[in-house]
Amino acid sequence: MARVGVFVCFCGANIADYVDVPQVVEEAKRIREVKFAIDYKYMCSDPGQQQIRDAIAQHRLTSIVVAACSPRMHEKTFRKALSDAGMNPYLLEVANIREHSSWVHQKDKKAATEKASDLVRMAVAKSIANEQLHEISVPVTKRALVIGGGIAGIQAALDIADARIPVVLVEKSPSIGGKMAQLDETFPTLDCAQCILTPKMVDVASHPYIELIPYSEVLELQGFVGNYKVKIKKKASYVNFKTCTGCGACWQKCPVKVDNEYNMGIDKRKAIYTPFPQAVPNKPVIDAEHCTMLTKGKCGICAKVCEKGSIDYQMQDEIIEREIGAVVVATGYDMWDPKPYEEYGVGRFKDIITSLEFERMVSANGPTNGLPLRPSDGKVPKNVVFIKCVGSRDEAKGISYCSKICCMYTTKHTILLHHKVHDSHAYVFYMDIRAAGKGYEEFVEKAQVDTGTTYLRGRVSKIYKKGDKLMVRGEDAQIGQVVEVEADLVVLATAVSAPKDNPDLARLLGISYDKYGYLSEAHPKLRPVETAKAGIFLAGCTQAPKDIPETVSQASACAAKVCGLFAGDTMKKDPMISTVNTEYCSGCQNCVKVCPYGAIVTDEVPFGHGSKELRTVAKINEGVCQGCGSCVAICRSTAINLAGFTDPQIINEIVSI
Amino acid sequence: METVTNQLVSIEKPEIVAPPDWQPVIIGILCNWCSYAGSDLTGTSRLQYPPNIRIIRVPCSSRVDTWFLIKSLQTTADGVLVSGCHPGDCHYISGNYFARRRFLVTKKLLNFVGFHENRIQFSWVSAAEGPKFAKVVSKVTEDIKKLGPLHLYKKENFEK
Ligand SMILES: Cc1cc2nc3c(=O)[nH]c(=O)nc-3n(C[C@H](O)[C@H](O)[C@H](O)COP(=O)(O)OP(=O)(O)OC[C@H]3O[C@@H](n4cnc5c(N)ncnc54)[C@H](O)[C@@H]3O)c2cc1C
Ligand code: SF4
Ligand code: SF4
Repeated sequence: MARVGVFVCFCGANIADYVDVPQVVEEAKRIREVKFAIDYKYMCSDPGQQQIRDAIAQHRLTSIVVAACSPRMHEKTFRKALSDAGMNPYLLEVANIREHSSWVHQKDKKAATEKASDLVRMAVAKSIANEQLHEISVPVTKRALVIGGGIAGIQAALDIADARIPVVLVEKSPSIGGKMAQLDETFPTLDCAQCILTPKMVDVASHPYIELIPYSEVLELQGFVGNYKVKIKKKASYVNFKTCTGCGACWQKCPVKVDNEYNMGIDKRKAIYTPFPQAVPNKPVIDAEHCTMLTKGKCGICAKVCEKGSIDYQMQDEIIEREIGAVVVATGYDMWDPKPYEEYGVGRFKDIITSLEFERMVSANGPTNGLPLRPSDGKVPKNVVFIKCVGSRDEAKGISYCSKICCMYTTKHTILLHHKVHDSHAYVFYMDIRAAGKGYEEFVEKAQVDTGTTYLRGRVSKIYKKGDKLMVRGEDAQIGQVVEVEADLVVLATAVSAPKDNPDLARLLGISYDKYGYLSEAHPKLRPVETAKAGIFLAGCTQAPKDIPETVSQASACAAKVCGLFAGDTMKKDPMISTVNTEYCSGCQNCVKVCPYGAIVTDEVPFGHGSKELRTVAKINEGVCQGCGSCVAICRSTAINLAGFTDPQIINEIVSI
Repeated sequence: METVTNQLVSIEKPEIVAPPDWQPVIIGILCNWCSYAGSDLTGTSRLQYPPNIRIIRVPCSSRVDTWFLIKSLQTTADGVLVSGCHPGDCHYISGNYFARRRFLVTKKLLNFVGFHENRIQFSWVSAAEGPKFAKVVSKVTEDIKKLGPLHLYKKENFEK
């Protein structure tokens, strides 16, 4: 028969003042299976734990009940005490008589005491059905997958690889670098983005522990933490990277011109192209949608001019498979399309551009040689109006959240404008100036003084054309009047939005995303880089808008998490997971449908002893199961049980009140 | 005492009159991550609620088998409260949606066999909603008090 020990805690006065603790002990002693019961001032203290350890040996106890604070508080502590006494730690049950009794029934000691006794009886009943459980250890494949090669993915890949853990970096476009590669100088220190980014890009390409797979996408992820299998589609580049030297003869001669994405369509690139001069890898790809050789079978010039014979129009997409143990998702962000702002004349007036277009124009390697120019007539603008919160914080048209970076980059843009066009004047329409961050407020203040920018607090209500100028009408809330500003160029600080493919990617990876498409972290404060799925982490803007310093911090945090995961050859896992009793399983597969983690697969077992005929049963992968119990409750054959929360355990609690 | 909606079988006999000192027993089955944490917060905030509820911890509301609810009403409880994470907030991604559907069916079933529908109740309480938990428990206790005792088997099993 079971021999249960009960240990009731005073928690100083926290429990003892509102619950008659000795009475609870007396009640416990009346339970047949309880062979030992005692109270103590602080059970969690070392002398308290010592009493448990001693009693286990002296009274040959088979399970332990500690009646004290919430198990969320000290379950681990007491489990360890059991372990130290040589008892299986999962033979412990905690009766929560503090949070659930003494603290919430402070005016009725009798009722609180009765309730505490009931809670102890329930815990005793449950503990009798407890089983010895052992931590599960799962082998780990020490290789990480990083999806997205912006600054987030680059930093995560480098940090992980520097710890001598192999990394597979998958980038959708022909080059890594992301949005940062399109920036000019960066706030708050105004160092040039290219100067700090390109060395890192080169490091990625040459790192012995990084396998860079550009121009590719993740197709499928299977398995579980430490043991994933990924399928990657490498799009055909039609250029043999092994022989290509990146000389550029091909794109100089290619006759097909296409809008240049890197320069936001301000100029043209060719159908065979590298996205920008510092691209990594610095090899061209053929844009299959526009190449006339691939679409119509006419041209073939690049193959003729390539001295290395690297062009291969027959090249096919390739499927690459890798075994990996962890994933860092770093797919960044998209620029929000300001189309809904019809009253601004977006799409109708050429001289309204977005912030990233402005960024490209003022960049030294940009399409206009570093000068902002009016798209309508190519003239240098004198009066430039910057409008912030276009799409951001505007539930009706765009999105309700703050894009976080626009206040700072607009300030930066006023400085860059001032540097490039000395006699220009900048106006900024704003709702607030949010400059929280190290050196940020100082940056904004200094910029205001140095550039003499006019700040107007209020939303713009209309933009209309007057001659070759744009008239920007808005409210200046500080003077409570409508103002109109004559502008040569208008720059919209459009919102940051989640990448369009994020929902698809999230479904494929089995992680969740919010209503905007940002990938969801496991906990907003305490687990900001983990997802709810073990072994998958988030870095950069794919989780929420953020600037470069924050992106890099999160990327390094991901790397630390991955290194932690890979620290041992095996991983320890909580044993509270579900198992199928195949004797009972009818093979209905209802459980397969409800498991949120896809942990349940089917298996074949013989019909009976020695039988050659097979029947289908469910099988749970112990590495994947997170122990929610969905499958247990759905199973009509009671074939599944969840360790730690078995039917007998819970029913015992119910019937023993 | 309110009337029973379905008269096919009537366990809820109107002639059962509660003794003057009668107090209902309510079983609360709470998910570990949201509602149980919320109930802990009610405690740490020292918010007071009626002492009738006995709480059972499960990992997720989706672990709650119909069987548990029936067994509770059959043996010890006058009412059951099941509480989980808010829709969309489930620690296990989608568990609480299954729980909600199963719960609705169970409620219909129990109603069909003659239990008043307020005997089993469902709520969403997050880990931050200490005050809400106190309110939910008070409300459920009130409801069950109005319904009166279920008068079935009691304890003994585990006592000497
Ligand atoms: C106009 C403007 C100015 C800015 N100025 C500054 C500044 O001065 N200072 C500052 O700190 N921040 C600035 N920022 C913010 C900065 O751009 C971001 O913080 C940073 O780029 C975020 O990096 P990321 O890696 O998360 O995203 P990204 O740079 O967007 O990188 C994402 C990468 O993932 C790839 N990818 C996307 N989807 C997939 C997929 N499914 N599979 C594989 N690969 C995929 C993309 O091709 C891209 O290479 C500015 C932003 C803008 C818009
Ligand atoms: S629900 Fe139960 S019976 Fe059906 S497949 Fe799963 S384990 Fe087998
Ligand atoms: S307990 Fe939850 S996670 Fe584990 S197999 Fe069952 S449904 Fe899947």
